Amino acid sequence: MSVLVYTESEKGAFKKVALEVASYAKAVANQLGTTVTAVTINANDTTELGKYGVDKVLNVNNSQLDTFNAQAYANVLKQAVENENAKVVIVSSSADSKYLAPLLAVGLNAGFASNVVEAPTSTSPFTVKRTAFTNKAFNITTIDTDVKLVAVSNNAFGLVESNGNASAEDFSPSIPEFGVNVQSVDKATDKVTIADAEIVVSGGRGLKGPENWGMVEELADILGAATACSKPVSDLGWRPHSEHVGQTGKPVASNLYIAIGISGAIQHLAGINASKVKVVINTDAEAPFFKAADYGVVGDAFEVVPQLIEKLKAFKAQQ
Amino acid sequence: MKILVCISHVPDTTSKINFTDGDSKFDTNGVQFVINPNDEFGLTRAMWFKEKQGASVDVVNVGGAETEPTLRKALAIGADSAIRVNTAAVDGFQVAKQLAKVVQDGGYDLVIAGRESIDYNGGMVPGMLAGLTGANFVNNCINLEVDGTNATATREIDGGKETVSTSLPLVIGGQKGLVEESDLRIPNMRGIMMARKKPLTVAEPVDASAETSSVKFEKPEPKGAVTLVSPDNLDELVNLLHNEAKVI
Repeated sequence: MSVLVYTESEKGAFKKVALEVASYAKAVANQLGTTVTAVTINANDTTELGKYGVDKVLNVNNSQLDTFNAQAYANVLKQAVENENAKVVIVSSSADSKYLAPLLAVGLNAGFASNVVEAPTSTSPFTVKRTAFTNKAFNITTIDTDVKLVAVSNNAFGLVESNGNASAEDFSPSIPEFGVNVQSVDKATDKVTIADAEIVVSGGRGLKGPENWGMVEELADILGAATACSKPVSDLGWRPHSEHVGQTGKPVASNLYIAIGISGAIQHLAGINASKVKVVINTDAEAPFFKAADYGVVGDAFEVVPQLIEKLKAFKAQQ
Repeated sequence: MKILVCISHVPDTTSKINFTDGDSKFDTNGVQFVINPNDEFGLTRAMWFKEKQGASVDVVNVGGAETEPTLRKALAIGADSAIRVNTAAVDGFQVAKQLAKVVQDGGYDLVIAGRESIDYNGGMVPGMLAGLTGANFVNNCINLEVDGTNATATREIDGGKETVSTSLPLVIGGQKGLVEESDLRIPNMRGIMMARKKPLTVAEPVDASAETSSVKFEKPEPKGAVTLVSPDNLDELVNLLHNEAKVI
């Protein structure tokens, strides 16, 4: 009755969230006095998982699964859970895992808690802390079923290294017929995504127009950050919807969030609240963002950001 | 095409979030409730199908009588009829089971739900509903076209988007992008008058127990004051981010 974790990969390499959920699974397994089994789908090298607490890896290699399919992936995981007789199943909060998790919950008849931010406070009853009201509150929830499914919030638990080794074996589940088939994928491969980013640089209406985003992108480049924007900016069509962060956009849980020319509407702050350190640059000292930020610069973004870029270049050169 | 739009009754996005009864219940005092924004995008897309391709649009909510004004608003926007499953929403699984019964009884071809509600943020009801009814499922859906029984949908993925082909019956977890913000409709007087005469059926719940229990709520720790850095001293900001916050 091990803890089972789905460790996602992309083009064969593990995503950062995979190592984070492996770390989380290890914490749960320690509490339960059991081991961690990871399931990988078409991953290249699984030895890395041992470093994050995985004891055993079930490798699924099947060309039918080269492209993500929620129904098929959920079905594969269900077979692995049953094969291992796992009682706790851990997934991440990536777009793909959020897609497959409810299907997996139904397949396993498992109680499901999403957006979980900490290791369980108790394993009997199985009690977790999750975010609710778009980060304006936490909800302490128990999962009351025999098999339990937990989706861990991105960047909430962090990576915990341990010095173990993972044994690996092949696992060959049956693959169901697909009801949904991918036609095309449109993805910028050279850019850091908001979900994966440790640093996010975000611009608001204070930047006055889409032509002024060069400095936002330059700042993001120097920091290895993803770019994001406020809701008005995406509504105005200055930036794509996929960059909109906030209550009705994407949640951000980065280590550092830099807001440029964003006043800080309650809906925006809710969406970025899970970020650990927040910096605001705004001309208006009364902007609500200053109440939510850790560091603030009251000043004109068109003067502050280019200077900050120069300072950071010098800093990076020293490192 | 028969479309069902799932409507969550949620606090307005500007609401102050407080709790009562030993922090076990959301404090609805002074809170304005609205159609969950993700559901409103879906409802507006459903109206587009109704007007351009011919479809019936029903809306459904699982909840007590207090949610009926939200359903009436959906009727005023243009839905044909509403169903309220008369039981408190306890967890995602219990709600999905109630909705599955409505979907099966109504023989719906397309179910449009929001990718998540902005109150409990579970993000699980659409997928569970698809799992329970055996329908195809597309989550984080930002575009949907239906041609006969075939559907083409675009979903947001981390760092981009993906276009998929699928078929009815279909459940989607929708969000902004299904329609634009500017396409959302504010009910007009005629719509509001007509909504009063449209059927709102109260359905009795099926026997479905929850699989999770909410114990209590906590609010985040209040934040400390912001550290202000002069725009003429940005070296200090770099220093603080490196040495104090340790994030660069």
